[in-house]
Amino acid sequence: MQPIFEVRNLKRAFGGLAVTNDVSLSMAPGDRVALIGPNGAGKTTFVNLVTGNLRPDSGEVRIAGEPVTGVDAIGRVRRGLVRSFQVTRLFADMTPAEHVALAVLQRDGRAGRLFGNFLGMPDVMVEVQELLGKLGLKELMHRKVSEIAYGQQRLLELAVALALKPKVLLLDEPAAGVPQSDTGRIEQALADLPADLAVLMIEHDMDLVFRFAKRVIVLAAGAIIFDGSPSDVTKDPRVREAYLGSYANASHAA
Amino acid sequence: MTMTTTNDMIAASPARRRFGGGDLIGLAIILLVAVIGYFLFPNNLALLTRIIAAALLVLSLDLVTGYCGVATLGHAALFGAGAYAAGIASAHYGINDPLAMLAFGIVAGAVAGLVCGVVILRAHGLPQLVLSIALIHLFHEFANKASSWTGGSDGLSGIAPTALLGLYEFDLWGRTAYVFGVVLLAIVFLLLRLIVRSPFGMLCRGIKEDPVRIRSMGASPKIALTKMYVISGAVAGVGGALNAISTQVVGLDSLSFNMSAESLVMLVLGGTGSLFGALTGTVVFMFFEDVVSAANPFHWLTMVGALLIAVVLFAPKGLYGTAAALVARRREAK
Amino acid sequence: MQTVLSIAIDALAYGMVLFVISIGLSVTMGLMRVVNLAHGAFAMIGGYIASYAARDLGLAYGFAVLLAIFGTIVIAVPIERLLYRRIYGAPELTQVLMTIGITFCIIGIANYVFGPTLKTVPLPSELQGSVDLGFRAIATHRIFAIVCGLAVAAGLWYAIEKTAFGVKLRASVDNAAMAAALGVRTEIVYAVSFAVAVGLAAFGGVVGAELLPVEPYYALRYMVTFLVVVSVGGAGSIPGALVACLLLGAIDTTGRYLMPEFGEFFFYLAVIAIICVFPRGLAGRAKG
Repeated sequence: MQPIFEVRNLKRAFGGLAVTNDVSLSMAPGDRVALIGPNGAGKTTFVNLVTGNLRPDSGEVRIAGEPVTGVDAIGRVRRGLVRSFQVTRLFADMTPAEHVALAVLQRDGRAGRLFGNFLGMPDVMVEVQELLGKLGLKELMHRKVSEIAYGQQRLLELAVALALKPKVLLLDEPAAGVPQSDTGRIEQALADLPADLAVLMIEHDMDLVFRFAKRVIVLAAGAIIFDGSPSDVTKDPRVREAYLGSYANASHAA
Repeated sequence: MTMTTTNDMIAASPARRRFGGGDLIGLAIILLVAVIGYFLFPNNLALLTRIIAAALLVLSLDLVTGYCGVATLGHAALFGAGAYAAGIASAHYGINDPLAMLAFGIVAGAVAGLVCGVVILRAHGLPQLVLSIALIHLFHEFANKASSWTGGSDGLSGIAPTALLGLYEFDLWGRTAYVFGVVLLAIVFLLLRLIVRSPFGMLCRGIKEDPVRIRSMGASPKIALTKMYVISGAVAGVGGALNAISTQVVGLDSLSFNMSAESLVMLVLGGTGSLFGALTGTVVFMFFEDVVSAANPFHWLTMVGALLIAVVLFAPKGLYGTAAALVARRREAK
Repeated sequence: MQTVLSIAIDALAYGMVLFVISIGLSVTMGLMRVVNLAHGAFAMIGGYIASYAARDLGLAYGFAVLLAIFGTIVIAVPIERLLYRRIYGAPELTQVLMTIGITFCIIGIANYVFGPTLKTVPLPSELQGSVDLGFRAIATHRIFAIVCGLAVAAGLWYAIEKTAFGVKLRASVDNAAMAAALGVRTEIVYAVSFAVAVGLAAFGGVVGAELLPVEPYYALRYMVTFLVVVSVGGAGSIPGALVACLLLGAIDTTGRYLMPEFGEFFFYLAVIAIICVFPRGLAGRAKG
């Protein structure tokens, strides 16, 4: 099958320091991949390179076979590469319904329309209610975002991303900052993601990684040091070295 | 100590948005105030018409500042462009039909909005503000120097609009001009109510809160803001054209920094991010100006300055915003 | 050749006056992140005080300058305590409104107290006339302005780079919260910087009174000029401000000489062009 998302030999240096060093990876529709790595491994830079917020020194990014290296961040979203944010970035004065409606309208090229209101657009409302219903946010759809709980805001973040109907979804620590009691709801939502969607999740929480991912990629010092199944990752000596340094083979991972 | 916005207090009841009850109430209030004004000040309809023209400028400013978060001290450029275009059409080209002059004003305002938008949106923060001030000075200087077209510092005269729709002459008492102004304001108000609740209006509110998030949804803040600038220019152009038609002169002050700053004062006085706020601020400010500058023109600027400081310190939401918040709180308490 | 030299000297003098007035604005903006539109109003107050002291009271020029500086600081410090302090960290629009309100008040009061006419600061005999350089005579006042500008630049450089206060100032500009955590009393740093900034503005207002004549609308007329120095030079950067001032001085003076009719028009056009090309200032790095 043709890969839906490809990164080839991506490089970026700041000063003399290679922060992303010859990274290549490829994903097929339906993939569930977790990207992990110790602090300072270059995950943030990698995300910025992939989403188009940062230009690479060399290398290529492709979405559905089309090279998008020269395309800006907005263009990549329109081609199906959507991200969520590690720290929730929602519009405090707007309602969940408005968030999802804006995403739906933007996806359909209707966000520039000067007349009408989404509440009077049946097709938009159906989608809004369906999506928010799936995520358990339907009761809150007309409340201001600033009034709803953080866990629910994380779910809304996911809803906005899904409303854009992505081909590739980049999740930046989807459960970050959520109280323990609410993580179940988010994990359920992750499990219910559309089957043909390729998901790349950047995550610290290894429990979540093991439950979610079918494949794990480890980034250390700007390079991929492991790309394989979750069951192999903790056994890999290079991964142990990257995380545990000289203690690597003396004890088990904490 | 933050400058909060009101967004017309629509978030509370989604049902009302669908039926546009607020629109009709707003329209009714505008017409009611207009009628009361007509009977209270029958000898001063010129002032009332000037207030309407200013209100159109302030509504236009509210679109970019209140709804999109762009701070500008050069918004009179859009108003002045509309005024001069309508005036020049009449004085130099003999296009004296008021509706045609209005069309010239709208187009010129929109073009000026496009130019200003493209320039101002190049930068953010302080440089953006500096650009807006430099732009209004540039427009002012241009109009000053192109005196064969604009009359320079003497002002543009020789504007002679014919009867409106061929029926209503612009009379000495300013009745026709006043009614014309009220109708224009009502139409603009309704159109803007539609726009701020439309998908595009929602997009702009999103841009104001977090442009990065909007980009990650695949929309371009720059394109949206430029579009809003064009709409804003058209609205300011209506105000400018109304001014040219009703007073039959266009002065350099319609392209001045002072006018830009005053329009911002009016907006903030009423409350940003709300059409009612823009209207309230304009009416209060213009009456205040009329009274104070008649009593003591020397202290006018000092009063405006003090008023501005007082609003920032004590009513950062503006008059309408503060009142609306009070009403909302009371409703919640019940 | 003569013209070129005249333009160069005038441009340099004008640029230096701009520098003296706006450097304080640049430092306080870098430090307190306040968009201060009222800075020019303080320069104007300095000009008025000096004019009153020298012309109406007959004080010596040097005294008039000192009186202007301290008088302006005495007027400005309460304004900082009462009004500016409330807008530190506030949204840009709030800061714009507050400081433009202050500007309007100062203009209105100046208009009331001193009247709408131009006020001059009579120069002492030593600064009148011109200095003969052999091939060319140069107005002494221009040289004085240039020397003042250089002295201020050198003095500020020394104060910021070589003194204990300078260290605290730089730390606070860099990261106020961190500086405070390290025991720097940022409130004092703010207050002192504000006073110095206002004093410099007043000084520049007096020294530059020949080039930027003192009248009530001074504060509005040159507002964009002072602000553009900061936005082009970068807030808090002395070399940036110096380069920006010389550039603007050159543009403005050349415009006035070559196209007296359209001087202002081209000045504003140049300002717009410069900011459009360098939206992040001369030193600002391009994104990506």
